Amino acid sequence: MLQRLRESKSAQGTILALPTTIWLFVLLIIPLILTMVVSFGRRSPDGGVIYTFTLDNYTRLFGYSTDCPDGQASCFDPLYVNILGRSLSLAFNTTLLVITLAYPLAYFIARAHPKQRNFYLFMVLIPLWTNFVIRVYAWMMLLRKEGAINIILGWLMNLLHIPFAPLEMLYTPGAVLVGMVYEFLPFMILPIYTSLEKIETPLYEAAADLGANAIKTFLRVTLPLSMPGVVAGTILVFIPVMGTFIVSDILGGRQVILVGNLIQRQFLDARDPTFGSAASLILMVMTLIVTYFYTRKFGFGEEIVVA
Amino acid sequence: MTSEFAVEMRDVVKRFITPEGNEMAAVDHVTMQIKNGEFFSMLGSSGCGKTTSLRMVAGFEWPTEGEVYIEGKAMGHTPPFQRKVNTVFQSYALFQHMTVYQNLAFGLEMEGAKDDEIKKRVGRALEMVQLTGMDRRRPRQLSGGQQQRVALARALVKTPDVLLLDEPLGALDLKLRKEMQLELKALQQQLGITFIYVTHDQEEALTMSDRIAVMSKGKVQQMGTPVEVYERPSNKFVADFIGESNFLAGKIKSISGNEASVFIPSLNAELAGMPISDGLVKGEEVNVCIRPEKIRIAEKEAVNQNMFRATVTNTVYIGVDTKVFVDAHGAKLKIWEQNRISRLDPKSFYTVGQEVWLMLMPENTLILKKD
Ligand SMILES: Nc1ncnc2c1ncn2[C@@H]1O[C@H](COP(=O)(O)OP(=O)(O)OP(=O)(O)O)[C@@H](O)[C@H]1O
Ligand SMILES: [Mg+2]
Repeated sequence: MLQRLRESKSAQGTILALPTTIWLFVLLIIPLILTMVVSFGRRSPDGGVIYTFTLDNYTRLFGYSTDCPDGQASCFDPLYVNILGRSLSLAFNTTLLVITLAYPLAYFIARAHPKQRNFYLFMVLIPLWTNFVIRVYAWMMLLRKEGAINIILGWLMNLLHIPFAPLEMLYTPGAVLVGMVYEFLPFMILPIYTSLEKIETPLYEAAADLGANAIKTFLRVTLPLSMPGVVAGTILVFIPVMGTFIVSDILGGRQVILVGNLIQRQFLDARDPTFGSAASLILMVMTLIVTYFYTRKFGFGEEIVVA
Repeated sequence: MTSEFAVEMRDVVKRFITPEGNEMAAVDHVTMQIKNGEFFSMLGSSGCGKTTSLRMVAGFEWPTEGEVYIEGKAMGHTPPFQRKVNTVFQSYALFQHMTVYQNLAFGLEMEGAKDDEIKKRVGRALEMVQLTGMDRRRPRQLSGGQQQRVALARALVKTPDVLLLDEPLGALDLKLRKEMQLELKALQQQLGITFIYVTHDQEEALTMSDRIAVMSKGKVQQMGTPVEVYERPSNKFVADFIGESNFLAGKIKSISGNEASVFIPSLNAELAGMPISDGLVKGEEVNVCIRPEKIRIAEKEAVNQNMFRATVTNTVYIGVDTKVFVDAHGAKLKIWEQNRISRLDPKSFYTVGQEVWLMLMPENTLILKKD
């Protein structure tokens, strides 16, 4: 038996993959199946699940409503579709903004003197030592009507004798965007930095030697060689932004509701786990579809991960 | 081509601040004139400033003092992309995100060449380095030798006036290296481009070069043809660095015409009829230099004035030669005896302890100033 095991490569592979397989099964596959089963169920009056097979939760999510004005039997209610769309566009915008901010920063760090580089990287990482939620609350303190930003602005305007009414910044889509960008910036800076830092100096010299000026060198050599970092960062940012509910909860209040908030409320406030499950699955499918097309075009940035 | 010299370095100094905060001259008052169409090598041990010199010609570094001229034009702070020289990097520095074709096309696109012209020129360059058909591969999918050729072709496709090569064969195995040496030399002759070639391998430099600059500690020790630097090294460093040499300390006893007699204390003998170079005076302390393959060894004394008794201390058989180490009155010498006869018979070897006679032919010796 042992002898055969030693000879059979595929048997060895199976055994080596066993712990991972069990782990995946217990923590991923089973919960996923449960979610799916629940999403096809119906909410019981006391907030439990009646196990049947109905697509009601899904049709409701996509706008089918029986609670209509004018006594119609059914009509289209865009509430949830809007939430899905808002989440998707926010995730796109956040990712784009994060790339725009992170790339120059990463470039600056990668080109800095090696002694200073570690210091800058340290600065990028410091915020991550504070709890996610606390960092979001800090933004609340900054953006509030009586918050730091308004106080400073008011003081400045007063100095310039310009009448000033405190800005309404909190509980706006802009506040959520700012919060998201802030939270996920390091996850873009680090992979881009890694890929930039891996580009060896002789490559820049070779480009110059072959007649490329600084701009052409950047466009033809630096940028393409750092794309794996951008790709890896995009995946690291886009997926969590799609799902998170804390930032929008604290900085968006009732104004900016995302899928994450919807799901959370179904489980905790509305006590409808079946609708919450359906929303979770739709969120997952949406994320998967976007990621699928993205990685098919750009890969996973595996050069970064492998290095 | 307007100037006689493709590249000229006039009294160039390059100083670096070391991480420890000291100033050091990596290149120290170097003057070189490299003729059009010449295969010129910079040869020297690690850290002697070869790469730094080359990088100043390419424009990656600027001289602290002095000036680099290309085609007679002072380069000043001209950036690399405006110099009509191209470099083959030691690490190849190929663009991994591009195919072989794109790597070669890059330099032509920067010149603004048209697509069909690029295609023609890239095709020709690939043919030149025997890589036709490899144009769609990525550099990673090529062997070391093939990558080396891509690096070469990428520089050559730009048809530079001067090609700079920094130890381009350093990463290849010995056999491939030797093949590439001959190929490079043939290519250079065929194209008529000036090559400035950096190497620390003396055999490579001797094999390929029209002229060699032997460098040490940022200074040029000697510049000359391979024959000149080997047969007439201008100082002890060159004599020692290129090939091997025996050195005997001595003192000039007398000079008549262009011949001198030198007294060698360790042999307790005088070497007569030695050719003398300029600037040596009677009574001067000198080094007498003899190449190991130029000492004749005999079992019996012959009638000759420059013959000495010696005892064999060791012999090493290395195929082509037998290395014979002897002790002559306390002076340790090495002699390479070519194995012109089959040495299968053990008696054909010199044995340790055997008494032999050494003959130093005056025309094969060199009197060098004491450093
Ligand atoms: N950017 C730099 N900063 C400080 N010192 C440098 C720098 N570049 C080179 N040096 C120093 O200058 C000296 C000459 O370096 P160089 O690279 O020219 O040597 P080399 O002859 O090419 O040696 P090798 O055969 O090892 O490549 C070395 O002592 C090196 O440490
Ligand atoms: Mg070097």
